[in-house]
Amino acid sequence: MSSQGQSVGKVDKHFFHFAHPPDEMAFECGQRLGPLTLAYETYGQLNEDRSNAVLVLHALTGDSHAAGYYSVKDVKPGWWDIMIGPGKGIDTSKYYVICSNVLGGCMGSTGPSSINPSTNEPYALDFPLVTIGDMVQAQQQLVSHLGIERLLCVVGGSMGGMQVLEWTARFPEMVRSAIPIATAAKHSAMAIAFNEVARQAIMKDPAWSGGRYYQDIPPEHGLAVARMIGHITYLSDVSLRKKFDRDLQDRCEIGFNLDQDFQVGSYLEYQGQKFVDRFDANSLLYLSKAADYFDLAARYGGGSLTKAFSHALSDFLVVSFTSDWLYPTSQSRAMVQAMKKNNLDVTFCEILIDYGHDSFLVSNPRLSQLIASFLDNQFKAVEEDAANAL
Amino acid sequence: MRFDLQTIASWIEPESRILDLGCGSGELLKYLQEEKGVRGTGIEMDEDKVAEGIVAGQSIIHGDIHTEILDYQEAVFDYVILSQTLQQVLKPAQIINEMLRVGTQGIVSFPNFSHYKNRFYFFAKGRAPISRELPFEWFDTPNIRVIPIKDFRRFCAIFGFRILKETAISTYHHDRGGRVVHILPNLRATYGIYMLRQGEDPARKDLQAGQFA
Repeated sequence: MSSQGQSVGKVDKHFFHFAHPPDEMAFECGQRLGPLTLAYETYGQLNEDRSNAVLVLHALTGDSHAAGYYSVKDVKPGWWDIMIGPGKGIDTSKYYVICSNVLGGCMGSTGPSSINPSTNEPYALDFPLVTIGDMVQAQQQLVSHLGIERLLCVVGGSMGGMQVLEWTARFPEMVRSAIPIATAAKHSAMAIAFNEVARQAIMKDPAWSGGRYYQDIPPEHGLAVARMIGHITYLSDVSLRKKFDRDLQDRCEIGFNLDQDFQVGSYLEYQGQKFVDRFDANSLLYLSKAADYFDLAARYGGGSLTKAFSHALSDFLVVSFTSDWLYPTSQSRAMVQAMKKNNLDVTFCEILIDYGHDSFLVSNPRLSQLIASFLDNQFKAVEEDAANAL
Repeated sequence: MRFDLQTIASWIEPESRILDLGCGSGELLKYLQEEKGVRGTGIEMDEDKVAEGIVAGQSIIHGDIHTEILDYQEAVFDYVILSQTLQQVLKPAQIINEMLRVGTQGIVSFPNFSHYKNRFYFFAKGRAPISRELPFEWFDTPNIRVIPIKDFRRFCAIFGFRILKETAISTYHHDRGGRVVHILPNLRATYGIYMLRQGEDPARKDLQAGQFA
């Protein structure tokens, strides 16, 4: 099912402008800001009842381009093209799929690199410290703008999964079902620690200049190192061993110098460089902080995760991966436990797979099947409800 | 569907809430959902079976029944089912107590170890019985308990589990057919199936906290 299916084909990025003064958006930190923009894409057709909308939420460095190609020249499709398309896990011949770049991002939505209309310069650190809640608040405006009262499903992995959880607590009536994948109701100290190292790498790069680097050279070294650290946490011991082991790069023996001896090092360096070309350093600082701040129990349950989930009205499919040590299965189980205590309809599967945290981005028939079946079941129930209402 | 599951299904009231412990790929849940409109959840350890069940449209939690059952609140289910799994449970009294905490009624089925074929096997060969119901060598069996129907009744009395319904059947594991055994069930039945409820006054409370707990 997964590797089969077709491409959604050529897609376009759209822009939704909202929060025009004097109706600026109130951020969780207390600041107000507007106007704001969300870059978004849609795939498939919204049905007459507007009951087939699936909101896809991207992870830390993702964007609105979840599937398809912008032009025939594109080398790579959108970031979740393995999952979204006709006949795929999220079948665009049945569902209307929406994906937007998060607030605070740098791929078309308003963020630190956007121009502040009152100064005509990038916001940089004047941009409010955005939270997962703020991202969802903005997405809700977009969803309403698209004329959708209730989403069939919200689905996302990692930081996208955090947004899924936030949606079910903040706008329970708007979410019929939810699929949080490889995520957590809050970051562990270890996850925060890795993010801190990544942020320090950027902020200790002299080129960062307190975030005002937009006229000059951006903090490329810091950003590349930050990406390298992040990238390690998305993989696993097994996957690294299988892919690289201790293999040497372009040489037969170690050089007894500080050159790049190992393939794994060279691979990471490449990943870092590739990232610098497409991502804004301030956005990475902001978004990683948003993920660190996220704490569903504190925000919605006075510290109790069970109480936090008492707001939710959705059916859940929770998925974790055996080799994910950044968001380990125990964190998914904690969510499932809280859902059970609230008598929510919950399905949970821990998938045996080697690819670590990033497993949800790797073609995987099982994950595609689980998502396809869960969505199918939810959509059937919606159609039954509609038939009964007549 | 297997005959023992058919029997269990016949005991279940329409529209009820069900928890199926060790639900496999959700065969019973699916049947009950389609035929009786129940709202069901299953717990299963095996990832392949979990995935198969989810694909079949069931709500299933991938995990260990011993720990997963602890998360539910009191009496949220009408029936909690433990089908052909009791013989693999380390602490049977504890799991049935939990079943009767989260559910109003518990349904338990198990292969009857004192079936005459097992007796003959042991008598004739002097070796641990291997049967179609329990087809394992002693060294690789998941079944750590041997449960005769007679002993199960005694167990219920000791731990204060009230027996609401009981039936003994003769069938083969994968057979759709089978029959109810009325005469000498402890000798002639391959499976015992029980519907239990928490007794108001456990008969021998002293034993519960003591040597068997």
